[in-house]
Amino acid sequence: MTIKAILMQLLKDRAAVIASVILVLLYGAIALADFISPYSEQWSERAIANAPPTGIYMIDANTQQLTWPYVFRYTRAFNPESFSYEFQPDLTQTYPIKFLVHGETYHFWGLIPSDIHLFGVDAPGKIGLLGFDMNGRDNFSRLLFGGQVSMTIGFLGLFIAIPIGLLYGGISGYIGGLIDGLMMRFAEIMMSIPQFYLLISLAAILPADIPSSIRFSLVVVILAFIGWAGLSRVIRGMVLSIKSQEFIEAERALGLDSFRIITRHLLPQTASYVIIAVTLGVPGYILAESGLSFLGLGIQQPDASWGNMLKEAQDITNIISRPWMLTPGLLIFLAVLSFNVIGDALRDILDPKSAHRQAS
Amino acid sequence: MSIPSTILQRTLVAIPTLLIISMLGFTLMRFQFSIGPVLLPIGPNAQWVTVIEKQTFKNPIDPLASLKYNPQISKAALEAEEKRLGLDQPLWIQYTRWLSHLLQFQDGFFKPDLGKTHEGEDVAWILATRAGNSLMLNVLSMMLTWLIALPLGIFAALRWRSHLDRALTAFSAIGMAMPSFVMALLLAVFAVKTGWFPLGGLRSEGYAQFPWWQQLLDVLWHLALPTFILTVLSIASLQRQMRGNLLDVLQAEYVRAARARGLPENVVIYKHAVRTAINPLVTLLGFELAGLLSGSVLVEIVLGYPGLGVLIYSAVQKADTNLVMASLLMSSVMLVFGNLMADILLTLVDPRIELEN
Repeated sequence: MTIKAILMQLLKDRAAVIASVILVLLYGAIALADFISPYSEQWSERAIANAPPTGIYMIDANTQQLTWPYVFRYTRAFNPESFSYEFQPDLTQTYPIKFLVHGETYHFWGLIPSDIHLFGVDAPGKIGLLGFDMNGRDNFSRLLFGGQVSMTIGFLGLFIAIPIGLLYGGISGYIGGLIDGLMMRFAEIMMSIPQFYLLISLAAILPADIPSSIRFSLVVVILAFIGWAGLSRVIRGMVLSIKSQEFIEAERALGLDSFRIITRHLLPQTASYVIIAVTLGVPGYILAESGLSFLGLGIQQPDASWGNMLKEAQDITNIISRPWMLTPGLLIFLAVLSFNVIGDALRDILDPKSAHRQAS
Repeated sequence: MSIPSTILQRTLVAIPTLLIISMLGFTLMRFQFSIGPVLLPIGPNAQWVTVIEKQTFKNPIDPLASLKYNPQISKAALEAEEKRLGLDQPLWIQYTRWLSHLLQFQDGFFKPDLGKTHEGEDVAWILATRAGNSLMLNVLSMMLTWLIALPLGIFAALRWRSHLDRALTAFSAIGMAMPSFVMALLLAVFAVKTGWFPLGGLRSEGYAQFPWWQQLLDVLWHLALPTFILTVLSIASLQRQMRGNLLDVLQAEYVRAARARGLPENVVIYKHAVRTAINPLVTLLGFELAGLLSGSVLVEIVLGYPGLGVLIYSAVQKADTNLVMASLLMSSVMLVFGNLMADILLTLVDPRIELEN
């Protein structure tokens, strides 16, 4: 089946189309995070820590007419009765929302220097669509930067796990015999390790003082380390059945060397399975990363990821007073749901055996 | 292969498996590595110059951390403690010592000694109490899941593409995408807001004075929230699998043949189709058996349920080696045992399948 035919079939599936739109929007937003977010990942102002989302007003207070949207600045006051800080809008000065404003400087994709942000308000006004966290950082901006971690970790993990699984399963199935038995026993041992305990033990031994980028890649490697074994078993099974087909026999008779047969002729046959495994595998990584970071073992502060943003919501009183802290959870849910829907649709298209059941 | 010889063979394979897992776990808990010094011949006389100094990366898990930061503890006491825990020995000696304690025989009986935690409690005892709680939670939700999910799956398959089927499809899509800890957070808020369910712990105050039926109700009341979360989330996927399997079977030749023979529809579906469709799920049962202890870690942590999850999480962070190793081994044994049970069950329910050699 050509890629075009697959896409045409995918477009007929309404749920898959909606899911694709959601994913395109999510990936688009995190790709343009520097530009879309009004503040940088680490920007903070202590005075507005835990402030609620900034209200956006459209009616002018004096004339009662519709005007250009504007915000008020929050001022913090200590309430001696509830014994907590409360935020009140300071009604004396309005701050209209401006588009394409000059703000903090950044390097777009690490290359192009710029200071233009999609929207913002003049200082000292602040705009926080999802409020500010306990360090006074803008949740909306951090959500975008955190997404860069959470949404890419799956692909990176599979980028490591799939080649290993493919080669391992391919070699094991093709050679067969004693080597096959030994290799599969080893894969089974890998699968016999209780995953979550292995995950938290591995994550706990990562030194605390390593740079965040290295920590990020090590978390990816840990996740991939767990994922390859199951894949290699499936690939081995497929290779076993493909291997006995005539064209492989012919190649062997022609004297092609084994490695070439495995990589050039056997493994490409498993392509449709791999495509499905990728789309259905990414959600697992997204969930694993969020779970790890939620426990404080994955991505560490001050870097953002959806999991560690939720860590702040671990305290029940925090969620009740600031329910918007749960937005990362909503985004995890949406992303995983979309990947699952697309994966199911792809499986129906690529694997005719399951076509009648929509998905399973 | 017959069932007894399979059990024997699998047990023999399990021994090296568990050994390797225990070594891996032990190494992870204790290892430190160093690089360098790297010397390179540089200069006209090819002099050996140190390019990279020797660096030792300490394992951030330090069993003695809490003692080290306590200024009241003298250096001598620290060293004595290090000696008592055997931390001054090389890694392999520590491992063999741990292993010999685990496999010791006393008076001709096998008496494994899992050692003590850093707090001096008996690992076997503390694991037994906590594992009981986790087991209770997971067994309860597993039973509920299978009791609800199988009928739902059958129902959805028989009414394929009806409104109900579509609603169930949507439900499972949502359930499979929901991170368990996010759902736990939401329900925790619900519990706090309404006050209908208790949060944390397994017993109310004054539990000891309750009559037995009130004690039972009290425990069930505390179990309600975590059980609900685990059950709903696993129903989502199990229901889906049952539906898929049954749809596959309903298309098979022998179902058509049974219908052609004029068997009543009920007999065709419930006696022939459903029985075959359940078979593949037996394999899942094996995995679930393995997850009985570790499947609920995140939910337990969020809801403050006194199970294994919280215990192991803090044990890993404190590098309480004996405790971590014991729980790691325990869940590995469960996994190996679960898979074996699944394979044996599968041959019992489906005579077509032979045990793999």
